[in-house]
Amino acid sequence: MNGAGMVEKRGWGLWLTHVLLLLGVALVCFPIYVTLVASTVTQQDIVQPPLPLIPGSHAIENYSKALWSGVNTPVWRMLMNSTVMALGITVGKIIISLLSAYAIVYFRFPGRSFCFWTIFLTLMLPVEVRIVPTYEVVAGFGLLNSYAGLTLPLIASATATFLFRQFFMTVPDELVEAARIDGAGPVRFFFDVLLPLSRTNIAALFVILFIYGWNQYLWPLLVTTDPAMNTIVMGIKQMISSGDDWTEWPVVMATAILAMLPPVAVVVFMQRLFVKGLVETEK
Amino acid sequence: MQKRVIFQNKGLPYLLLLPQLVITALFFLWPAGQAIYQSAFIPDPFGLKSQFVGLGNFEFLLGDRYYLESFRTTAVFSLLVAAVSMGLALLMAVLADRVIKAAMVYRTLLIWPYAVAPAIAGVLWLFLFNPSIGLVAYYLKQMGYDWNHVLNGDEAMALVVVAASWKQISYNFLFFLAGLQAIPRSLLEAAAIDGAGAWRRFWTIVFPLLSPTTFFLLVVNLVYAFFDTFGIIHTVTAGGPERSTMILVYKVFADGFVGQDLGSSAAQSVILLLVVGLLTVVQFRFIERRVHY
Repeated sequence: MNGAGMVEKRGWGLWLTHVLLLLGVALVCFPIYVTLVASTVTQQDIVQPPLPLIPGSHAIENYSKALWSGVNTPVWRMLMNSTVMALGITVGKIIISLLSAYAIVYFRFPGRSFCFWTIFLTLMLPVEVRIVPTYEVVAGFGLLNSYAGLTLPLIASATATFLFRQFFMTVPDELVEAARIDGAGPVRFFFDVLLPLSRTNIAALFVILFIYGWNQYLWPLLVTTDPAMNTIVMGIKQMISSGDDWTEWPVVMATAILAMLPPVAVVVFMQRLFVKGLVETEK
Repeated sequence: MQKRVIFQNKGLPYLLLLPQLVITALFFLWPAGQAIYQSAFIPDPFGLKSQFVGLGNFEFLLGDRYYLESFRTTAVFSLLVAAVSMGLALLMAVLADRVIKAAMVYRTLLIWPYAVAPAIAGVLWLFLFNPSIGLVAYYLKQMGYDWNHVLNGDEAMALVVVAASWKQISYNFLFFLAGLQAIPRSLLEAAAIDGAGAWRRFWTIVFPLLSPTTFFLLVVNLVYAFFDTFGIIHTVTAGGPERSTMILVYKVFADGFVGQDLGSSAAQSVILLLVVGLLTVVQFRFIERRVHY
């Protein structure tokens, strides 16, 4: 328990707490450590268990093989596709949500609540649930194997719209009054006052949405039949064949590390924004 | 709550809403409508035309042994994932809360699995438990336990539960820790002065105050296990062996894309929509009354 004085832990109790915590951390990190090791040894080391617990000396060889040739698609290409998809989803969601939240909070017009509920409905429809009809719509537009087909169906979601709506509600009315006295119209007010105020919220949302976009799996699996359009998170599955001897494990494990690196780096280096984004989107 | 000051423009708000409404209509409302429409038809064996069957697909599903089995599998899977990941996260959060100065260091060390994609988490655990080359499987064999999730349904279920829970621990830990740190110290101090031990303080003060967080996390974890674990199932077991890890969201994919049974797949989508709707309503009603920290 927290607190000072009587509730504070001291001596061996505190020591035990740290030991248990480190044990938990070790357990959580174990799969990653094994993956790291596996990405630095040879195929021979892996198919003759047990795997050594000390990293080998074949890291450069495995990673460059993954990056430049891969199995079906070179990993640099899949990383590029993932980046385009993640950024497309993130930027797209933020832009359309900012605009629609602005309309709903700062304007009164016929059909306002209808629009609001239509957007609200999208909260309830994860893409996993309506894959067949959504796939048919995207195929009908001829968007299979395209960046538009990868991103557009994942752009619409009410979460970001709600977040901005909540935030705009807390912006003091005096600011709008002042802007209007100064003769600023709605467009000026949006760009000069509201956007600068929303900076932190946009950044926090950016972190959360980037991870969401990067980690998409089912949708890219359906939409990209051309290996050149595969994203890294879904492409790694195609690198594992049913026979263990046919799977190049060191290359697969190097790819797994490369697939984790960008979103994990975002979480670790932008932890404050990440936590804020997580807590805000859940309210 | 309404804004007192608003802009008076006739056309502008519609223009602002247009992008989101167009995307919502094209990629959400239309496909959802299609799902409802398709769920009322059975395509003939040659796929040339469909026959209207009304609620026939639903009737068939609710009488289908495999579908009911999938429902049960989903329930078992979700409850296990919620219990395992929340239990471990709460334990870690209570421990981290006792070492105030270092709590943030532990948070950094525990937070990052959230960023690992479910499919990648599946690949990592699959590699550890691979019956012929996996490190953990090897040590289990050394101890005389013959691990093979490719043949044993219970082991396959255990493996996907572990992979799904591992990914979710960091999220639960974050919210439990925030909830714990919001509990007033004076309350715990007072209880300590009254002679309540650490165990008693936890059950009489901390646990009741954490219950809003716990309930909220329960809903989030169930939604996660229901819908976000497709990647784990697909990479680790593909629903097998013998459909023992065939959760509902995987069955929609397997029946619709692999089995090409569009009517049944659409009907399953509609049922899942109702489930999501129910969970969303529960969550929203609850979030209104949620403790803010």
